[in-house]
Amino acid sequence: MITVRFFAMLKGLAKAESREYKIDAPITVAELKSMLKKDFPALSTILDGRSILISVNLEFADKNTIIKDGDEVGLLPPFSGG
Amino acid sequence: MELVRIQRENFSINAEVELVKAASRGIGGVVVFLGAARDFSKGETITGLDFEHYPGMAEARLNDIRERALKNFNIIEIGIVHRVGKIAIGEDIVLITAASAHRNDAFMACEWAITELKRTTPIWKRETTKGGDVWVSETP
Repeated sequence: MITVRFFAMLKGLAKAESREYKIDAPITVAELKSMLKKDFPALSTILDGRSILISVNLEFADKNTIIKDGDEVGLLPPFSGG
Repeated sequence: MELVRIQRENFSINAEVELVKAASRGIGGVVVFLGAARDFSKGETITGLDFEHYPGMAEARLNDIRERALKNFNIIEIGIVHRVGKIAIGEDIVLITAASAHRNDAFMACEWAITELKRTTPIWKRETTKGGDVWVSETP
Protein backbone atom coordinates (compact mmCIF):
# COMPACT_ATOMS: atom_id res chain seq x y z
CA MET A 1 0.00 0.00 0.00
CA ILE A 2 1.21 3.51 -0.79
CA THR A 3 -0.35 6.68 0.57
CA VAL A 4 -0.78 9.81 -1.54
CA ARG A 5 -1.36 13.00 0.46
CA PHE A 6 -2.98 16.13 -0.97
CA PHE A 7 -2.22 19.58 0.41
CA ALA A 8 -3.80 23.05 0.38
CA MET A 9 -5.93 23.70 -2.73
CA LEU A 10 -5.34 20.16 -4.01
CA LYS A 11 -7.41 18.79 -1.11
CA GLY A 12 -10.36 20.83 -2.33
CA LEU A 13 -9.91 19.75 -5.94
CA ALA A 14 -9.49 16.08 -5.04
CA LYS A 15 -12.21 16.29 -2.38
CA ALA A 16 -9.92 14.12 -0.25
CA GLU A 17 -6.95 14.50 2.10
CA SER A 18 -5.27 11.31 0.97
CA ARG A 19 -5.69 8.20 -1.14
CA GLU A 20 -4.17 4.75 -0.73
CA TYR A 21 -3.13 2.52 -3.62
CA LYS A 22 -2.18 -1.13 -3.52
CA ILE A 23 0.77 -1.68 -5.83
CA ASP A 24 2.08 -5.09 -6.87
CA ALA A 25 5.49 -3.77 -7.89
CA PRO A 26 7.39 -0.48 -7.59
CA ILE A 27 6.14 2.29 -9.87
CA THR A 28 7.56 5.64 -10.98
CA VAL A 29 6.17 9.05 -10.07
CA ALA A 30 5.13 9.45 -13.73
CA GLU A 31 3.12 6.21 -13.51
CA LEU A 32 1.45 7.34 -10.28
CA LYS A 33 0.50 10.65 -11.94
CA SER A 34 -1.32 8.72 -14.68
CA MET A 35 -3.25 6.74 -12.05
CA LEU A 36 -4.18 9.93 -10.20
CA LYS A 37 -5.35 11.68 -13.38
CA LYS A 38 -7.74 8.80 -14.02
CA ASP A 39 -9.09 8.73 -10.47
CA PHE A 40 -9.17 12.50 -9.93
CA PRO A 41 -10.13 14.20 -13.22
CA ALA A 42 -10.19 17.57 -11.40
CA LEU A 43 -6.41 17.23 -10.84
CA SER A 44 -5.64 16.31 -14.45
CA THR A 45 -4.67 19.76 -15.78
CA ILE A 46 -2.68 20.69 -12.72
CA LEU A 47 -0.78 17.35 -12.76
CA ASP A 48 0.20 17.99 -16.39
CA GLY A 49 1.59 21.42 -15.51
CA ARG A 50 4.90 22.21 -13.87
CA SER A 51 3.65 23.95 -10.75
CA ILE A 52 3.10 20.84 -8.61
CA LEU A 53 6.10 19.32 -6.84
CA ILE A 54 6.11 15.71 -5.69
CA SER A 55 7.71 14.30 -2.56
CA VAL A 56 8.41 10.66 -1.74
CA ASN A 57 8.99 9.90 1.95
CA LEU A 58 9.35 13.64 2.69
CA GLU A 59 12.09 14.21 0.06
CA PHE A 60 11.62 16.07 -3.23
CA ALA A 61 11.19 13.64 -6.11
CA ASP A 62 11.10 13.80 -9.92
CA LYS A 63 9.15 11.90 -12.56
CA ASN A 64 11.61 9.00 -12.52
CA THR A 65 11.68 8.52 -8.73
CA ILE A 66 10.66 4.98 -7.77
CA ILE A 67 7.76 4.51 -5.34
CA LYS A 68 7.77 1.28 -3.34
CA ASP A 69 5.23 -0.43 -1.11
CA GLY A 70 4.85 1.51 2.17
CA ASP A 71 6.01 4.83 0.70
CA GLU A 72 4.25 8.14 1.32
CA VAL A 73 3.84 10.49 -1.64
CA GLY A 74 3.01 14.19 -1.23
CA LEU A 75 1.39 16.34 -3.93
CA LEU A 76 2.69 19.82 -3.19
CA PRO A 77 1.15 22.93 -4.79
CA PRO A 78 3.31 26.10 -4.97
CA PHE A 79 4.48 27.09 -1.50
CA SER A 80 3.29 30.30 0.11
CA GLY A 81 4.88 30.31 3.55
CA GLY A 82 6.86 33.13 5.08
CA MET B 1 13.70 25.31 23.14
CA GLU B 2 14.68 24.14 19.64
CA LEU B 3 16.22 26.71 17.29
CA VAL B 4 14.06 25.50 14.39
CA ARG B 5 10.34 25.06 15.04
CA ILE B 6 6.90 25.05 13.49
CA GLN B 7 4.22 25.87 16.04
CA ARG B 8 0.68 27.15 16.36
CA GLU B 9 1.28 29.52 19.25
CA ASN B 10 2.89 32.94 19.01
CA PHE B 11 6.59 33.41 19.72
CA SER B 12 8.53 35.98 21.72
CA ILE B 13 11.03 37.91 19.59
CA ASN B 14 13.18 38.59 22.67
CA ALA B 15 13.22 34.93 23.69
CA GLU B 16 14.24 33.85 20.16
CA VAL B 17 17.03 36.45 20.03
CA GLU B 18 18.32 35.31 23.44
CA LEU B 19 18.20 31.70 22.22
CA VAL B 20 20.63 32.38 19.34
CA LYS B 21 22.76 34.70 21.49
CA ALA B 22 23.23 31.85 23.98
CA ALA B 23 25.29 30.02 21.32
CA SER B 24 28.42 32.14 21.88
CA ARG B 25 29.80 35.18 23.62
CA GLY B 26 31.53 35.97 20.34
CA ILE B 27 28.25 37.13 18.79
CA GLY B 28 28.42 40.83 17.94
CA GLY B 29 25.20 41.23 15.98
CA VAL B 30 21.82 39.57 15.47
CA VAL B 31 19.75 40.32 12.35
CA VAL B 32 16.04 39.57 12.69
CA PHE B 33 13.47 39.14 9.94
CA LEU B 34 9.89 39.21 11.22
CA GLY B 35 7.04 38.36 8.86
CA ALA B 36 3.64 39.68 9.98
CA ALA B 37 0.07 39.29 8.70
CA ARG B 38 -0.90 42.35 6.64
CA ASP B 39 -4.47 43.33 5.77
CA PHE B 40 -4.23 43.46 1.99
CA SER B 41 -3.14 41.28 -0.91
CA LYS B 42 -3.35 42.10 -4.63
CA GLY B 43 -5.76 44.98 -3.97
CA GLU B 44 -8.07 42.85 -1.81
CA THR B 45 -8.79 43.35 1.88
CA ILE B 46 -7.62 40.39 3.95
CA THR B 47 -9.32 39.70 7.28
CA GLY B 48 -7.33 36.65 8.40
CA LEU B 49 -4.80 33.98 7.43
CA ASP B 50 -4.62 30.23 7.89
CA PHE B 51 -1.36 28.33 7.34
CA GLU B 52 -1.06 24.62 6.60
CA HIS B 53 2.20 22.65 6.50
CA TYR B 54 3.39 19.17 5.62
CA PRO B 55 4.32 17.82 9.07
CA GLY B 56 7.75 16.20 9.07
CA MET B 57 8.78 17.51 5.67
CA ALA B 58 8.41 21.21 6.51
CA GLU B 59 10.51 20.82 9.69
CA ALA B 60 13.13 18.87 7.72
CA ARG B 61 13.37 21.62 5.09
CA LEU B 62 13.79 24.31 7.77
CA ASN B 63 16.53 22.30 9.50
CA ASP B 64 18.23 21.90 6.13
CA ILE B 65 18.10 25.69 5.61
CA ARG B 66 19.73 26.20 9.02
CA GLU B 67 22.48 23.70 8.28
CA ARG B 68 23.22 25.23 4.86
CA ALA B 69 23.23 28.75 6.32
CA LEU B 70 25.76 27.68 8.98
CA LYS B 71 27.93 26.09 6.27
CA ASN B 72 27.74 28.80 3.61
CA PHE B 73 27.78 32.02 5.65
CA ASN B 74 30.18 33.23 8.31
CA ILE B 75 27.54 33.14 11.04
CA ILE B 76 27.58 31.62 14.53
CA GLU B 77 23.93 30.56 14.87
CA ILE B 78 20.57 30.94 13.15
CA GLY B 79 17.03 30.23 14.34
CA ILE B 80 13.84 29.80 12.31
CA VAL B 81 10.32 29.75 13.75
CA HIS B 82 7.16 29.58 11.59
CA ARG B 83 3.60 29.56 12.87
CA VAL B 84 0.74 27.53 11.38
CA GLY B 85 -3.02 27.55 11.88
CA LYS B 86 -5.18 30.63 12.05
CA ILE B 87 -3.34 33.95 12.33
CA ALA B 88 -5.10 37.28 12.82
CA ILE B 89 -4.12 40.46 10.95
CA GLY B 90 -1.21 42.16 12.71
CA GLU B 91 0.02 38.94 14.33
CA ASP B 92 3.49 37.53 13.68
CA ILE B 93 4.00 34.63 11.25
CA VAL B 94 7.69 33.88 10.88
CA LEU B 95 10.95 34.85 12.55
CA ILE B 96 14.52 34.38 11.34
CA THR B 97 17.32 35.28 13.77
CA ALA B 98 20.85 35.22 12.34
CA ALA B 99 23.81 35.85 14.66
CA SER B 100 27.40 36.55 13.74
CA ALA B 101 30.53 38.29 14.97
CA HIS B 102 30.08 41.10 12.43
CA ARG B 103 26.78 42.41 11.07
CA ASN B 104 27.24 41.90 7.35
CA ASP B 105 27.37 38.09 7.56
CA ALA B 106 24.16 38.05 9.61
CA PHE B 107 22.35 40.37 7.16
CA MET B 108 23.29 38.15 4.22
CA ALA B 109 22.37 34.88 5.96
CA CYS B 110 19.04 36.23 7.18
CA GLU B 111 18.01 37.47 3.72
CA TRP B 112 19.06 34.17 2.13
CA ALA B 113 17.22 32.08 4.74
CA ILE B 114 13.82 33.77 4.35
CA THR B 115 14.06 33.58 0.55
CA GLU B 116 15.00 29.90 0.76
CA LEU B 117 12.17 29.25 3.23
CA LYS B 118 9.63 30.72 0.80
CA ARG B 119 11.11 28.71 -2.08
CA THR B 120 11.55 25.26 -0.54
CA THR B 121 9.35 24.77 2.53
CA PRO B 122 5.97 23.03 2.15
CA ILE B 123 3.85 25.63 3.91
CA TRP B 124 0.70 27.08 2.37
CA LYS B 125 -1.27 30.24 3.15
CA ARG B 126 -5.02 30.67 2.88
CA GLU B 127 -6.34 34.21 2.94
CA THR B 128 -9.81 35.12 4.16
CA THR B 129 -11.34 37.82 1.95
CA LYS B 130 -14.82 39.28 1.59
CA GLY B 131 -15.44 36.82 -1.25
CA GLY B 132 -14.38 33.78 0.80
CA ASP B 133 -11.20 31.83 1.57
CA VAL B 134 -8.49 31.65 -1.11
CA TRP B 135 -5.33 29.54 -1.17
CA VAL B 136 -2.33 31.62 -2.21
CA SER B 137 -0.59 29.82 -5.04
CA GLU B 138 2.53 31.87 -5.53
CA THR B 139 5.42 33.13 -3.47
CA PRO B 140 5.95 36.88 -3.83
